[in-house]
Amino acid sequence: MIVAEAKPIKEILEMIDGFNKILVVGCKGCVTVCNVGGAKEVAILASAIRIAKKKKGKDVEVGEITLERQCDPEYIEELRNIVQNYEAIVSLACGVGPQFISERYPEIRVFPGVNTRFMGGAIEHGVWAERCAGCGQCVIHYFGGMCPIARCSKSLMNGPCGGSNHGKCEVSPEIDCIWDKIVRKMMAQGRLDELLKIRPPKSWLTARDGGPRKMVREELVK
Amino acid sequence: MQEFKPKIVAFYCSNCASSAASISNKLNLFLPENIKLINVPCTGRIEILHLLKAFENGADMVYVVGCQEDSCQYINGILKLKNRVAYLKNMLEQMGIEPQRLEVFSLYAGKGQDFVNVANEMLTKAKELGPIY
Repeated sequence: MIVAEAKPIKEILEMIDGFNKILVVGCKGCVTVCNVGGAKEVAILASAIRIAKKKKGKDVEVGEITLERQCDPEYIEELRNIVQNYEAIVSLACGVGPQFISERYPEIRVFPGVNTRFMGGAIEHGVWAERCAGCGQCVIHYFGGMCPIARCSKSLMNGPCGGSNHGKCEVSPEIDCIWDKIVRKMMAQGRLDELLKIRPPKSWLTARDGGPRKMVREELVK
Repeated sequence: MQEFKPKIVAFYCSNCASSAASISNKLNLFLPENIKLINVPCTGRIEILHLLKAFENGADMVYVVGCQEDSCQYINGILKLKNRVAYLKNMLEQMGIEPQRLEVFSLYAGKGQDFVNVANEMLTKAKELGPIY
C-alpha cells in the first residue's frame, strides 16, 4: 500500500486559515488501511478543525465525506454536487488524491492533509516499513525475494557493502542490512552461487529518473 | 458577572474505576454536580474521536479514569488509552487548547476517595483555566 502520515494539525490549520466552509475528504484505499485517511480520521480532523476555529471565535462549517478511492475519476465525480457548498477541501488521500480533486474541480482550493511517505506494508500494528521503490523493473527474484533497491540504503545490486555491521546498516542501527538478509536467505535456499553473478548497473529509465511516468494498456483503453 | 460553572466529562471503566465509584457512594462521598459520567467497558475502547467530540460539544475538561497499568482485565486497555491521550494532548496544544484540559488517571478498585479527589482536582483546574471557548 501507499503509506502516509498525518500532517501536524497546526500545519493544516494554517493552510485553511481564512476559509470557513471546509470539506474534509477521506479515501477508503491505502490511507484507510494505514489509519491516516479513512472515515475515522476524517471525523477526527473535522472535529479538530471545528474546535480550533470555535476557539478562535470563528463560525465554521466542516463537511465530511470518504470516497471509495481518490485515484479514480469516477469516485472523484461523487463530489460534483457537494464542492460548490465549500470554499476549501482538505484531502486525506496520498498525494494522488488532492491532485485528482484539484484537476476535476479547478475552481476550489485543495489542500493535502497527509504526507505520503512510501510504498510498504505493516510489519506490526502501528509500524510500517518500505518495501518497494517503484523502479519499474522488478528484480526481487534474484535476491531471495527481497528488494535491494528499496531496502538497501545505497540500492546496491551487488552487495553487501563494507558498512554492513552484524546485520545492520551503517546509516542507522534501526535499519536492517538487506544484503545480510539476502545472503542468509540465499544460503538457506541453497542458492548462494547465484549471488556470484555480477548484476550490471540497473537501467533507471523505467524509474522516476526517466521523468513523470504514464502507463497505457491498449487492451483496456476504450 | 455570572459564576463560571465548568462542564466536565469523565469516562470511567467498568472495572477498577467503577468499583472505586461504588465505594465512594457507599462512603457518602459525592462528585461535583457538573461532572457527566460515562461508563465504558474498558478505557482501551475510548478513541481520540470520543474525547474530541466531548470538547467539540462544549466540555471544558475531559478526563478518563481507568485501571492501574498492570491490572487491566483486557491486558493493556489503559496503556492504549494513555498513548492516545498523549497524542491528543499534543494535538490540542497545536489547536490552541490547553492540554491540561485532558487527563487520564489510574485508580485502584478500592480507592473510593481517590475517585472523588480526581474529580475535584479537575474541577479546580477547570476554574483556573476558565471556559474552553
